[in-house]
Amino acid sequence: MTEPKSLKEQFWDPVAGFGVTFRTMFKKVVTEQYPFEKLPTAPRFHGRHQLNRWPDGLEKCIGCELCAWACPADAIYVEGGSNSDDTGDGSGRFSPGERYGRVYQINYLRCILCGLCIEACPTRALTMTNEYELADTNRADLIYEKSDLLAPLLPGMEQPPHPMRLGDDEGAYYRGAYAAPAPSERGAK
Amino acid sequence: MMHVMTTQILGQVAAVADDLSAFGQDPWWLILVKAVAIFVVLVLLTLFNIWLERRVVARMQHRIGPNVNGPFGLLQSLADGVKLALKEDIMPKAADKVVYFLAPVIAVIPAFVTFAVIPFGPEVGLPFTDRTTPLQLTDMPVAVLFVMAVASIGIYGIVLGGWSSGSTYSLLGGLRSSAQMISYEVAMGLALVAVFLYAGSMSTSEIVAAQNPGQEYWLGVIPVPTWYALILLPSFVIYVISMVGETNRAPFDLPEAEGELVGGFHTEYASLKFALFFLAEYINMATVAALATTLFLGGWHAPWPIIQLWEGADSGYWPLLWFFGKMFMFIFMFIWLRGSLPRLRYDQFMAFGWKRLIPISLVWIIAVATIRVVTLDGGIDRSYLLAAAGVFLVLFLVLFFIGDSGVEEEETARAAEAEVDAFAGGFPTPPMPPGGAVRGAALPMTFADRRPNVISDHTTTEATSQEDKP
Repeated sequence: MTEPKSLKEQFWDPVAGFGVTFRTMFKKVVTEQYPFEKLPTAPRFHGRHQLNRWPDGLEKCIGCELCAWACPADAIYVEGGSNSDDTGDGSGRFSPGERYGRVYQINYLRCILCGLCIEACPTRALTMTNEYELADTNRADLIYEKSDLLAPLLPGMEQPPHPMRLGDDEGAYYRGAYAAPAPSERGAK
Repeated sequence: MMHVMTTQILGQVAAVADDLSAFGQDPWWLILVKAVAIFVVLVLLTLFNIWLERRVVARMQHRIGPNVNGPFGLLQSLADGVKLALKEDIMPKAADKVVYFLAPVIAVIPAFVTFAVIPFGPEVGLPFTDRTTPLQLTDMPVAVLFVMAVASIGIYGIVLGGWSSGSTYSLLGGLRSSAQMISYEVAMGLALVAVFLYAGSMSTSEIVAAQNPGQEYWLGVIPVPTWYALILLPSFVIYVISMVGETNRAPFDLPEAEGELVGGFHTEYASLKFALFFLAEYINMATVAALATTLFLGGWHAPWPIIQLWEGADSGYWPLLWFFGKMFMFIFMFIWLRGSLPRLRYDQFMAFGWKRLIPISLVWIIAVATIRVVTLDGGIDRSYLLAAAGVFLVLFLVLFFIGDSGVEEEETARAAEAEVDAFAGGFPTPPMPPGGAVRGAALPMTFADRRPNVISDHTTTEATSQEDKP
């Protein structure tokens, strides 16, 4: 069943192993000096999440909770709220359309960074960045709020709440039928 | 023959005892300085060895190793030591308090004591005085025996540590450790006998001197080897193997196999007590390396070409360099072994110690003793004897290896005879070996190729089931 070992296998190969380890000592190491020297990740690395904005500053998140439902680790908590165009009651418009994400939390103690939430998002509001330093000294700070996750305002963007600037209705946003020069989404990261 | 040998040895020992006159002359403050120096050197050596081991093994695995704390990461082991010392000292409820406390001390003291008789160099002048003193704490006519005896006491620390923890795993680990160390101590002691026979002394400084007589040449060019590593090569090989076993180092690190066990005898130990065990282990590594240097590699004397090129290489404090150079060669060997070899199984390990190393070294001792007596008394030509011994040794080795592999092949052949249908029960199961339950390594599972039989099998089962119905 087992073939008899040749002389080479019996006597030379065990010795040759020492040569392998000795030669390896003089080879280039694969170590990255991480805290001192941060190398870029792979372009599509699954890092911290980000809530994106439309070019006029309105949020893309519509509070649909599909991300929360898709999450296998139950790390996302979303509460939707209604947009209103009449400025009287103090709420206003945060996203084009009917609803917006009023509360948005991701618990990075639970999140496994699998990216199923990104696949579930119907408006590309939720994407992932390449930021991977998600460590802290206490649990509370690892629950990221909407304010921690929202993409920063780029030039040309306006802090919501404000009316839809790029079209008459949300359809214009979703179809991309707006004229304003769109700052690239990649730049927002 | 035995009688002649003993009288000769005793005579030589008596003669040697006079040569140790350089020792025992130091005033108390010099002894204190030497003792403290050895202590400090050993502690620093341990820290350095841990660092060296981590760095070298890391390089062998394409890594860098500790490089953050201090220059080149040299202070890493110091930081680890401090961390260990600051950890909580836990005393298990089931522990035997006194013995549990004493065990690490018993393990670590002998480790330090053995270095008292290791010669680091020749007699040197002390700075700021006109006094000369050997670079060795002390020496005695039975120094190597003393090392072996004290090292055995260290094993008590391990056994008692395992026993007093009040934990089954610690007890088993302690038993395994001590069984291993005792087994390999036998082979180690036997390997040293040939050295005693050739040096005519058991004093370390005498053995070093005996290995370094004036250099002679064959035909005026080839230097005659004088180190026992070359003259007594089998002894050297056996010693090196058994010193790895003796120190519980890879590939013989079964008692502390970190992939398989929690810890071994020191499972229940924490904080400084654990650090003491760790310290003892690394000092033991240095001890066996220093002993190998002293007994087989000419001790503190400069290696062959250097002393010919430079007269002063063997005087003053330079020998420290040669001594530690040779010692670190062994330390590197330890590390290299750890980086290269997988761990042995326990039965393989014990079989290797008792069935290979000890018989081989016994035969070798008889050969050496015979040659020695014949050479000293005259009589038969020495070359005939050497040839005879060589033939005998080769025969012996060949018989050892061939005998075993033959048996294994037979066993495999017998197991292969019966081809079993592994899918008989509808689920793949390994065949039961013909001799009952497997002893030793189980054979790999094999399944008969069923593909051509699928259709016929199907039909037959259908047929049988139809037959069964009515």
